[in-house]
Amino acid sequence: MAWQWFHRLGSPRWFYEKSSRWLVWFAPLTLVLMVVGISWGLGFAPIDSKQGNSYRIIFIHMPAAALALAGYYIMAIAGAVGLIWKMKLPFMVMKSAAPIGAALTVLTLATGSLWGHPTWGTFWEWDARNIFMLVLLFLYAGIVVLAEVYPSRDAADKACAILALVGTINVPIIYKSVDWWYSLHQPASIKLTGGSSIHPSMLYPLLLCILAYYCFYTLALILYTRREILVRESRTKWVAELAQAKFSQSQNASGGAP
Amino acid sequence: MSDAQHGYPLGAGFRAIIRRDLTSVWRNRSDIASPLVFFLISITLLPLGVDPSDKLLATIAPGMIWIMALLATLLSLDSLFRQDYDDGSLTQFILSPQPLYLTVLAKVIVHWLTTGLPLAIIAPLLGVMLSLPSGGYWPLVISLTIGTAIMSLIGALGAALTVCLRSSALVLTLIIMPLYLPVLIIGANTVSSAIAGVGAAQGLALLGAALAMAVLIMPLAAAGALRISSNH
Amino acid sequence: MSEPLLTLDNLSCERDGRLLFSGVDCECPAGTLLQVVGFNGAGKTTLLNTLTGLLPAAKGDIRWRGDSIRSQRQVFHQELLYLGHQVPVKPQLTVRENLLWLGALNPPVTKDAIAEALVQVDLAGFEHSPSFALSAGQKRRVLLAQLYLSRATLWVLDEPFTAIDKAGVLKLEATMARHAEQGGIVLFTSHQPLAMAEFAVLDLSQFQPAPGEAYV
Repeated sequence: MAWQWFHRLGSPRWFYEKSSRWLVWFAPLTLVLMVVGISWGLGFAPIDSKQGNSYRIIFIHMPAAALALAGYYIMAIAGAVGLIWKMKLPFMVMKSAAPIGAALTVLTLATGSLWGHPTWGTFWEWDARNIFMLVLLFLYAGIVVLAEVYPSRDAADKACAILALVGTINVPIIYKSVDWWYSLHQPASIKLTGGSSIHPSMLYPLLLCILAYYCFYTLALILYTRREILVRESRTKWVAELAQAKFSQSQNASGGAP
Repeated sequence: MSDAQHGYPLGAGFRAIIRRDLTSVWRNRSDIASPLVFFLISITLLPLGVDPSDKLLATIAPGMIWIMALLATLLSLDSLFRQDYDDGSLTQFILSPQPLYLTVLAKVIVHWLTTGLPLAIIAPLLGVMLSLPSGGYWPLVISLTIGTAIMSLIGALGAALTVCLRSSALVLTLIIMPLYLPVLIIGANTVSSAIAGVGAAQGLALLGAALAMAVLIMPLAAAGALRISSNH
Repeated sequence: MSEPLLTLDNLSCERDGRLLFSGVDCECPAGTLLQVVGFNGAGKTTLLNTLTGLLPAAKGDIRWRGDSIRSQRQVFHQELLYLGHQVPVKPQLTVRENLLWLGALNPPVTKDAIAEALVQVDLAGFEHSPSFALSAGQKRRVLLAQLYLSRATLWVLDEPFTAIDKAGVLKLEATMARHAEQGGIVLFTSHQPLAMAEFAVLDLSQFQPAPGEAYV
């Protein structure tokens, strides 16, 4: 039955065992995509006529920005699923998504300011997108901190889910209001994507980078969730047996040294 | 079966909580004063920290008054559910047949009446001190009246999420600040555009829409948060 | 024998992944006077909180008049009176004002009824005293006055005898017994030996998970 399948998704043990098998091929695939995409973008894509080589940071910056935003929605959806169907696994996914999203937001801000220095002449510009990313970082930080400080784990999960859901309503509002503010106070700065469409020789590596980032995000999320599962279920029988098996494996591998 | 069939009047709990909290605040009148005093003192300090020339003050006045009002609201949020959590009133709210949404709304209304509204009322006085241009007074009062109501509603969620934490002030600030940002932007810019002669209608309409949305969503989210934190 | 009013059906509760107790079955017909006992940490308060609907059950169900309480929260809460070990008496308000707001959350109460209830808990004449002037025991008595004001069928009392003097304890026991006789249900916990003659006992020690089974 379809519902059985759905509820098995809620079982951390099922996910842990399945994902062990996925990782075998998914992790190498992600690595290959990352290496190919980024080296194509940084090394082989043609040089930009206006910005020179500094534009190349777009291959790291732009996919990170897209994922940082998408990650917030992924986190909130996981939280909503956990709240509605009272399942454990989605909450673990939600909690794992928060630091990954925060890290991507930091990466976006950092690469953005590195890019801003040669183009705008400053590391930080009160630009609509800059402010939005900064606020997104605060939104992520709120979730991370709330998950840490709550006395009870069950309560922390639900509290974070509620905050993330309210956050998703607010993300477009924040975006719109920052944009509105920017249109009122627009300083005379250079517009980056000034109408000119991107050339296919730059577009293809960019698309590949986006795909690679999505894979990387998924991989990081799976790994973080697996860690969270082990931490939370550390006192259950199946984790104890798993640890036992790993331990005896490593004993055998070390050749039975005394 | 007879008792189960009795419908209790739904508004009774709502009115009782409003009356209870207003009475409590009235008996501890000094509590209302603290956000107001904060508001007054910070605005008084401002010209001393920068340059007291009329021209500079007039430019930054709308934003400064709005930011200080925001901080004053934030300062008062921690106590919104604190006492009810500590003495078990919260449990009684949750276990009563009255909808928790209405109970939360009642508490938010009292919070706004005792913090936001007084701030909006004394704002023109501070406007004079900061040489706010004459076109800005009405937009300032109206935008602060609506804006502080939105901030009380959003703040209720933050207070509900952090009521069970021992040192909640920092967490509360962190989770509420990003949600306050649109209110601040719209509110402060409403006043500036009124001064610039563009008119305040657009900003006030946006604030009104935000208030309508916050009334629908925020007490509901805060009620959910209270159910979670009441037991921990 | 009629249908039991309150049914605990294979009830299990957990806190943060740790199973506190499991498989509690209990049927309470009208007239039940039941003490929940167990060692510290056995889950007495958790059981009471779960059956009021404050906490979700990990497994099993709680039924009131045959239907799960989750499907009829509002109806169930109309018939429930819960007194926990916290004392929701606002110090800034007078005794009467406190009872008025507490009452407004459930059935409407009149000022005459409050005066009568205060006589019952030996606080006659205290209507207009500010609550901050009351002693701990007197504050608890203000709460207990709710027992005389409430029309609820199910009383859930967590440690109701705390801070009450001897005479007060006897009177409270009599009130609980009378409520049961009149067709109500009283569930309570207590650390004190009781003088009451007849009451049932639910021992949570019997429902503890086996060692190694607490984490599933």
